[in-house]
Amino acid sequence: MTPAESPSGRVVDPVSGAGVGGSAVFAPMDAESRTWVADLTSRGEAREDAIGRLHALMLRMARAEAARRSGWHGIRGAELDDVANQAADDAVVSILRKVTEFRGESRFTTWAYAFAVHEVSGKLGRHVWRRDGVQLDEEGWNQVPARLGGDPASVSESRELVEALRTAVDHVLSPLQRRVFVGLVVDGVPLDVLAVELGSTRNAIYKTMFDARRRLRRHLVAHGYLDGTDAG
Amino acid sequence: MNQNRLALDLFLRTDPLDVGCDKAWEVVHMYAELVVAGHDPERRFPGVTAHLASCGPCDDDFHGLLQALRHGVAPDNSA
Repeated sequence: MTPAESPSGRVVDPVSGAGVGGSAVFAPMDAESRTWVADLTSRGEAREDAIGRLHALMLRMARAEAARRSGWHGIRGAELDDVANQAADDAVVSILRKVTEFRGESRFTTWAYAFAVHEVSGKLGRHVWRRDGVQLDEEGWNQVPARLGGDPASVSESRELVEALRTAVDHVLSPLQRRVFVGLVVDGVPLDVLAVELGSTRNAIYKTMFDARRRLRRHLVAHGYLDGTDAG
Repeated sequence: MNQNRLALDLFLRTDPLDVGCDKAWEVVHMYAELVVAGHDPERRFPGVTAHLASCGPCDDDFHGLLQALRHGVAPDNSA
């Protein structure tokens, strides 16, 4: 794994997140994981059989994950199972593409489950976007204190802070940062749904929002709305 | 600082260790197993801890993975 640029722009090790990477502390690959890797990288019947088993495992994982999230997306029954099936299919494709990179730092099944979870969340975001589009909230700015966990009852104080934030959003953010901030914070659009709307990725939207947060905080500190201690 | 300023301040703060979604997800399988084994994953993966604290979608995915590790996935009953 190569060092990468974090959202903050620092070069970090993707494993440790802290510059020089930590040394491997994990045991050698366990027997079950070795069998998975051997079978999936073999040829013929053993590989086909392993792919079948992997797909069944990914489907169970995807169904469990889709059901766990049913509270927010409101998808049920055959529609939900269709999402789980698509997620399982794509998880298997991704795993087969990357299986030679698996180094046994966890159990193979743990590594594989992560693909299924990620596929489910991405597909649910896309599904919700196709169904609902991006819903704009006319009262969005008034909801910002509550969205951030503040006290919406402090009306006058909220109003002043929201106005300062709104001015900062208008003046210090780039057009893309503004669109992402307003989408996520003002309109309350889920990040994965906004990523689909903008033809982007979760990682790119997060990075855009990360930069926007930093700019806004710097501006609000400079104008006396927030304390400048431990500037993040 | 009153509650609204505090909430906004916390929301706007960024952690320079934060590795972002893609890099966090590359190692989340190791991170999750450390959690399940009762170890402190932050010692080895401070950048992932910083990210999960700040990214709701990744944290939600992480909890899905944790649930699977802790409770297993249901047997296939679709046949």
